[in-house]
Amino acid sequence: MSRIKSCFEQLKKQNKKALIPYVAAGDPNPDITVDLMHAMVHSGADIIELGVPFSDPMADGPVIQKASERALVYGTSLTDVLAMIKTFREKNNTTPVVLMGYLNPVEIMGYERFAKAAQDAGVDGVLTVDIPPEEAEDYVPALKTHDLDPIFLLSPTTTRERMQHICQYASGFIYYVSVKGVTGTSALDTDEVAARLKIINEVTDLPVGVGFGIKNAETAAAIGRVSEAVVVGSALVNLVEQNAHNADGNEKIIKDISQVLSSMRTALDA
Amino acid sequence: MTSDTQTETRLSDMPDKKGHFGQYGGMFVPETLMEPLEELKQAYIKYMQDPEFLEELDNDLKNYVGRPSPLYFAERMSRELGGAKIYLKREDLNHTGAHKVNNTVGQMLLARRMGKTRIIAETGAGQHGVATATVAARLGLECVVYMGAEDIQRQALNVYRMKLLGARVVSVESGSRTLKDALNEAMRDWVTNIDKTFYIIGTAAGPHPYPALVRDFQAIIGRETRQQIMEHEGRFPDALVACIGGGSNAIGLFYPFVDDQEVSMYGVEAAGHGLETGEHAAPLCAGKPGVLHGNRTYLMEDKHGQIIPTHSVSAGLDYPGVGPEHSWLKDIGRANYVAVTDEEALDAFHELTKVEGIMPALESSHAIAYVKKLAPTMDKDQIIVVNLSGRGDKDIHTVATIDGIEF
Repeated sequence: MSRIKSCFEQLKKQNKKALIPYVAAGDPNPDITVDLMHAMVHSGADIIELGVPFSDPMADGPVIQKASERALVYGTSLTDVLAMIKTFREKNNTTPVVLMGYLNPVEIMGYERFAKAAQDAGVDGVLTVDIPPEEAEDYVPALKTHDLDPIFLLSPTTTRERMQHICQYASGFIYYVSVKGVTGTSALDTDEVAARLKIINEVTDLPVGVGFGIKNAETAAAIGRVSEAVVVGSALVNLVEQNAHNADGNEKIIKDISQVLSSMRTALDA
Repeated sequence: MTSDTQTETRLSDMPDKKGHFGQYGGMFVPETLMEPLEELKQAYIKYMQDPEFLEELDNDLKNYVGRPSPLYFAERMSRELGGAKIYLKREDLNHTGAHKVNNTVGQMLLARRMGKTRIIAETGAGQHGVATATVAARLGLECVVYMGAEDIQRQALNVYRMKLLGARVVSVESGSRTLKDALNEAMRDWVTNIDKTFYIIGTAAGPHPYPALVRDFQAIIGRETRQQIMEHEGRFPDALVACIGGGSNAIGLFYPFVDDQEVSMYGVEAAGHGLETGEHAAPLCAGKPGVLHGNRTYLMEDKHGQIIPTHSVSAGLDYPGVGPEHSWLKDIGRANYVAVTDEEALDAFHELTKVEGIMPALESSHAIAYVKKLAPTMDKDQIIVVNLSGRGDKDIHTVATIDGIEF
């Protein structure tokens, strides 16, 4: 059984919701990432979403764009990101790791080579923002051959018919983008999200994670009441940005992010 | 084997239903954009067969844009180069001074039919931004144009023109602060304001259906050329030449000839400081296939798949990708892609100005620069048609600065 699947089954038994933090690998420097991953697990993260830096992140708002830019100053490549995960796996063999990024770095490596390298490194799922199932004829089989879960997005503009189509290709979990917009958007309407999740749950048995617009413990808890998982990204990356250029920045970043995640964990479990 | 009833696939039948030109093109976008793109595709299919729509488009092209644009025999330039006869397709004479308006007039009619009230666009040199702001002003629609901070400096005149036309010009400070970043920002706006917003993409790139849609609106260039060259010469040209940034003026000229194998095609990219220096904007000549801005196409990228900075003296060519149909035409060998340097383009700018009294845009100067190489290798009874895609007024400041002149 995949780590993602068993993670959700465990949580279900305990009647808990998954907390999924997102950080960009190599942000603000490559030294921090593995330590930060362990710290996030310690503070209550169930699954880690690790952003692969890309020069042209067109689905991301300014906060995550800048995270990519900071990581690219050090030339953090997809290969580097996989090496970080391999190191993380030396001490943690249970927490699922999902790569989130754009297609071009994967494309240039080649789907098969990428999938094999990701599996070897200990990756569990891959969310590529700019590949809808229509273009994923070769991509999905390559991932599945190497036991990687293809994670797909559903959005407020996705029709029921498309949901059915997309869910045929997805495994692990479904990522519901809660708002029309880019990452870091503020306006999130919990009632509307709940209504959409009801439809998604009719279409698929896969667990659904909700992302975009989750700012704090309060919004995390509100979304946790209607979904199986909450994804929090820009709120954490903001904390990276605030300390990106400080001398003892890495320490402070790990502390700040741990604090926010702990408060979200507590709110989710309450 | 062959019979009259056998239906052959023609090159002009592309793209396929999913928007692919061979392995290129497609729809590589975040999920939120899939449904709006489907809506756009349906509207495009419907209205491109709607006689009323086509009549309105024809009328606008004739009376607002000023079409047909002349096909001018550049007699003195032909004589000086001592080879093929050179004809200039005068897109510089269109309203707003470039070919860009052919497409914005068309997309604006689509936007109105789809009930959209807000228009956004990206722009590099500012010609597409001006052409968009122009048609938005005419219909009284809100218009936001995204432009890289770097380009805003280089093209101050066009920025002011857009503002005069009532558009809001948003300076894009992310990434390399040029056209590609403006495109990212326009996509982000579109994803956020999808309900009432129509995104007018200016080149034959981006996710399906844009490459096909922009091509079809620009194909008026090639259709007129077919007729006009028959009137002048009684036969088709031997070669077509056009500059390539994203490639909309080139595909507009090439597409109506794509099934006529006897007509050679040359797309001219920006070699910047020289292909060997790496400082250029020539993905077809020196890049490799990848995925950016919604389509698979040739890109300027590093070995890790990051998009790399481009350079060209001409802002309109300063883009790391290219329309997917060009990538396909390159791979199947139907069109030739070449590159000329900043210096060669500047020489051509001066030469055409002096010899024919026509001041070309720096983008179009790249096409002229290649004609200077091609024409002498051809016979005197052969014919070249070059797309003079825009006029050079917007570039006078750039040229003057390079020549060491201050105003």
